[in-house]
Amino acid sequence: MDRKKTQLGGPGRRGFLKGALAAGAAGVAGAAHAATIIGASGEDKPAAAAPMEPSSRTIAAETMGTHADEVPKGHVQNPGSDFMVDVMRSAGIEYVSMMTSSALRGLQESIINYGGNKAPEIIVCCHEEGAVGMAHGYAKMAGKPMASMVHGVVGLQHASMAIYNAWCDRVPVIVLAGNTADAARRLPGVDWIHTAVDEGSIVRDFVKWDDAPASLQHYAESFMRARMVATTAPCEPVLIVTDGELQENPIETAQPLRIPKLVDVAPPVGDAAALAQAAKWLVAALNPVIVVDRAVHSQDGVVQLTQLAESLNAPVIDLYGRMNFPTAHYLNHTARHRSLIDEADVILALEVGDLWGLTNTVSDTPGRPAKRLIKPDAKVISISDAYMYSRSSYGDVQRYLAADLPIGGDAQATVSPLIEAIRRVGQPGGFDARKQAMQTAHLKMRETARNAAAVGWDAVPISTARLCQEIWARIRHEKWSLVSQPQFESYWPQRLWDFTEYEQFMGGSGGYGIGYGFPAAAGAALACKGTGRIAVNIQPDGDLLMVPSVLWTLAHHQIPLLTIMHNNRAWHQETMHIQRMATRRDRNPETWRMGTLIEKPYVDFATVAKGMGVWAEGPITDPAALGPAIDRALAVVKSGHPALVDVVTQPR
Amino acid sequence: MDVFKKTVLLALALTASRALLTPALAQTSDAIQRGHEHFLKDGCYLCHGTVGQGGVGPAVAVDLLPYQAFAYYVRQPSGAMPPFSEKILSDADLGDIHAYLDSLPKPPAADSIKLLPKAAK
Repeated sequence: MDRKKTQLGGPGRRGFLKGALAAGAAGVAGAAHAATIIGASGEDKPAAAAPMEPSSRTIAAETMGTHADEVPKGHVQNPGSDFMVDVMRSAGIEYVSMMTSSALRGLQESIINYGGNKAPEIIVCCHEEGAVGMAHGYAKMAGKPMASMVHGVVGLQHASMAIYNAWCDRVPVIVLAGNTADAARRLPGVDWIHTAVDEGSIVRDFVKWDDAPASLQHYAESFMRARMVATTAPCEPVLIVTDGELQENPIETAQPLRIPKLVDVAPPVGDAAALAQAAKWLVAALNPVIVVDRAVHSQDGVVQLTQLAESLNAPVIDLYGRMNFPTAHYLNHTARHRSLIDEADVILALEVGDLWGLTNTVSDTPGRPAKRLIKPDAKVISISDAYMYSRSSYGDVQRYLAADLPIGGDAQATVSPLIEAIRRVGQPGGFDARKQAMQTAHLKMRETARNAAAVGWDAVPISTARLCQEIWARIRHEKWSLVSQPQFESYWPQRLWDFTEYEQFMGGSGGYGIGYGFPAAAGAALACKGTGRIAVNIQPDGDLLMVPSVLWTLAHHQIPLLTIMHNNRAWHQETMHIQRMATRRDRNPETWRMGTLIEKPYVDFATVAKGMGVWAEGPITDPAALGPAIDRALAVVKSGHPALVDVVTQPR
Repeated sequence: MDVFKKTVLLALALTASRALLTPALAQTSDAIQRGHEHFLKDGCYLCHGTVGQGGVGPAVAVDLLPYQAFAYYVRQPSGAMPPFSEKILSDADLGDIHAYLDSLPKPPAADSIKLLPKAAK
């Protein structure tokens, strides 16, 4: 591709954009040259396109007592933030979730008036936690990052828990935070308070990389680097502090501005000699087990993992970090977790975040006694990109376990060469007999789940099994995705539904920070929009109360998300903790209610949703009324709008 | 065999003789009502579901243990469940809870529920 060279504001500017986007779309090393742009005075720009005068004067005069007359007059026709929009486009950013921010006013205005609010398109949020949570869910469903814009200091502080969730969940999110580095340029008062000497330090312990570019060229390079770092295994959020002066001042550089091409780093693959050793152990094993957590990141991964399991006829335990393995496959033995781990002679762990917890247990009883679960001579093979990245401040590294064969690499990228290594060793002994045993045990496991689901089928409040099956009956013949976490529903979807596609499930929060669920579901639904895939969100009440304003975002942008409330009217996990505390202390066991139940009054989620412009029904308390209510909500979603059904449910 | 089953078997063995000495529990509607109230108020349902269908804890209403084994486990449980002493849950209240669980209808067969189709072979 020829290098593009144009002037800002002139007719050739769109040509530059086209070139930059094409370079970005190529996305592979050597496929494209960097785009180039030259600073210009902007005098040739049509007057009609001139932006409105910045509102700083008004803001300063009204809130800080600054004398408006002291602000220089004149228009800025080629602001730096226009170039930032070009950079975002070159990075393939389709959406920017945003809580509007004076510290990012230049960039927001550029996205709208320069970029036409398209690629990137602004998704308006009412809280930074929701904005980043949406980006988290979007990235997992879309397979690429979007950006989130948050205000200087306080906005980033609001966003911090959502960033932490994404970090623990190994998900790429590009966070842009406002700031004004030059102290002489800050407005007195709030501008100072919302500025930090080192803003990245607020979240540096749980982003993979951050920078505070000091020039537009620096900005372009840092943004493209940030995008590359975020999407390289292990994927993680990144932060770019976006300076206010850089946004708002005209592009005045005499040097050409260049946007580096968009590149994706090839994933790291496990060492061949180590894989050969792993293959020998796996083929020789009498009771091999494959355990998967965040092992897969595309449908190819699901297919390859299935081939790996079939090459050994080894049972698979899915820890549900992602959609890893088909639930109805005869080698899915997730519910047999404990017995399989106890009996295993070789365990192959693929991107398992807590290897120690997989092979040991700690009882949540006084003294917290620990017990090793696996046999003394059991071998543990662990393939993970976590061997190549760790931070010290937070505990997501989990307790250390020295695997017998630790292999650094991306699990999905390493599965194919591992299958080849197994083929070279040969077929395990008893291969066919093991298949028959696995088929029988799998069917028994599914039947056990089915019988368990029947218990309390007509109960009031409605059982979580009934809730899930009423949904399943209505989506099973559609193109669907479960965009919520299943643990609060006792994993009924995974136990009873037929998951086959990667996009049908995206794992959990990672950081267990409540308030992930609803925005992440909304972000996933945004990724599904226009694809024909119905995003289904089984929504806990406590989580929704953290970020209810996401309802407004869904309505405002007409994001078709089907939300079925799992409204147990409690922060249920904590009810059990408090009750156990009181009982262990031989005190009144009835006091668990205080501080854990969401009652007096009960929240009327349908009214809350309607108040924010979302179609809603409920609360549904009669199990027989649930199915028809879901039918009505599904019709709304299929017409392109969000819908919510409030259902009063059993605890789990 | 899981810890729960092991403990229950032990409890059955230990209480077999005592069971003969325990007066029959009257499963009156009053006792069932009181048992239901305790099951909710004392937080049993938090882990076991309001009709004992299970959740974080096992489905205690399915194949309900005989009273003595049930009582033994509640007083001296294993695993994450805390022990309920007589100070905070009297024998009478525990008996009522057992009566409540015993009064619950047997769950429907999965085959009778259209929304619970059999897994394909």
